[in-house]
Amino acid sequence: MLTKLAAGLRLLGRSVTDRLWRLGFASRFLLATLLYSGMALRRFGLTIREIYFTGVLSLIIILVSGLFVGMVLGLQGYDTLQRFGSASALGTLVALSLVRELGPVVAALLFASRAGSAITAEIGLMKATEQLSAMEMMAVNPIARVVAPRFWAGVVSMPLLAALFSAMGIFGGYLVGVQLIGVDDGIFWSQMRSSVDFGDDIVNGVIKSAVFGVIVSWIAVFEGYDCEPTAEGVSGATTRTVVTSSLAILAADFMLTAFMFRGA
Amino acid sequence: MPSEPLIQLKDVSFSYGPRPILQGINMTIPRGKVVAIMGISGGGKTTTLRLIGGQLRPTRGEVRVAGHSVPDLDAPGLYALRRRMGMLFQFGALFTDMSVFDNVAFPLREHADLSETLVRDLVTMKLNAVGLRGAHAMMPSELSGGMARRVALARAIALDPMLVMYDEPFAGLDPIALSVVGRLIRTLNDALGASSIIVTHDVHESLKIVDYVYIVAEGRIVAEGTAEDIRGSAAPYVHQFVWGERDGPVPFQYPSAPYREQILREPSRAH
Repeated sequence: MLTKLAAGLRLLGRSVTDRLWRLGFASRFLLATLLYSGMALRRFGLTIREIYFTGVLSLIIILVSGLFVGMVLGLQGYDTLQRFGSASALGTLVALSLVRELGPVVAALLFASRAGSAITAEIGLMKATEQLSAMEMMAVNPIARVVAPRFWAGVVSMPLLAALFSAMGIFGGYLVGVQLIGVDDGIFWSQMRSSVDFGDDIVNGVIKSAVFGVIVSWIAVFEGYDCEPTAEGVSGATTRTVVTSSLAILAADFMLTAFMFRGA
Repeated sequence: MPSEPLIQLKDVSFSYGPRPILQGINMTIPRGKVVAIMGISGGGKTTTLRLIGGQLRPTRGEVRVAGHSVPDLDAPGLYALRRRMGMLFQFGALFTDMSVFDNVAFPLREHADLSETLVRDLVTMKLNAVGLRGAHAMMPSELSGGMARRVALARAIALDPMLVMYDEPFAGLDPIALSVVGRLIRTLNDALGASSIIVTHDVHESLKIVDYVYIVAEGRIVAEGTAEDIRGSAAPYVHQFVWGERDGPVPFQYPSAPYREQILREPSRAH
């Protein structure tokens, strides 16, 4: 009995130590990525190319999802608000929900699934097919040439995608609330304008999405670079990117919300 | 081996944790020569290349390339040395998101401050040397194994290196591609005045083109000499390796329990 308990504790200890070690390694990797970012910024064409792959090619999923989320918010919001005779506040509800919360969070979750997994798979496959080793042997640092441009592309793309998600969501809310249900057009927009604060709501939303951009990009490039160079290793790393990013986004969202909107 | 050595490995050992990979290796690669490191898979051949390229550090011993002690070089020093080396990986390791032209141009664009016109001319010359000038616009996914290896070879020699390392350059090639790649290695080495190291277990093709051979087994050099020496060797391991004999010092059977005992064991205890 005692032996089994000790074995269980040993297993738990090893698992915790492994995770801490990995977190430390990931932090050192992030530091190296930042240190070697000179090339990604100096030869900005490399980063622009990655922005196309991670940002522009994610537009469809972001815009369509934003539209539907906004439309659902319009329906649900109207249903709840009209019970309290506040249907005129629909514009406020849709805009605040999207700008403060749903825009950054849902866009980041979609970004992690669409672009994060693609970044991990690409870097992982480059490792598995010795392309990263070949680069090293050509005296080119793969962190500077491959990792940093993808990292910065994610960081730049994420706030823009979140803003577009929110804009499409508001448009979806307008379509349902004003065009379908018949809420007054002027009230919808004027209520929204008067209650959405640029600093407290929009800037904080942008800060959130920038933080999520760092988190998703960091996890995606690290998992790709650190994966086992086999088919199974790449597949496992891709899954880990989506799962870890999603959990990290939600946890970070709670912390950021607690700091940003307390008492507001 | 009379000429001045480009590479010297003295008493080099390397291990992954407690598992020894190389034990007390001594090796000399002269300038201008093509040297093969042969042996069965897992014998430590690729590890030797990685030690020379500075991707691994020896646990003991000295690795010197062009007068530099490779393990003692800092990152800029190592990168400066690697700019004078080319390496051909087992399956080419071409960048899959770049065309043949861009793959060959990659080291030139990264390291040489040249105009695009000059880059185009140099890439065309390198592709012409490997016979693939007409394939410049193709993507790596459109190339056969032999063509990919030749493009990788053009990329490896793009900066006119002093040393070219080949990791299993003949693996998976058809006889024609194999012969083409073999002849290219020799021709390019002589034309560039470079030195070449070929890690391979393809005995017959490599013995046609090399000047000197090291045979590595279980992390040690078990034989060395010219192609003729190796062909004529009576040492049991060398003989088995060169002539591909089924049994010998390298047993056919992986160590296991006696066959009779295992086959007659009760089904419930079969494993």
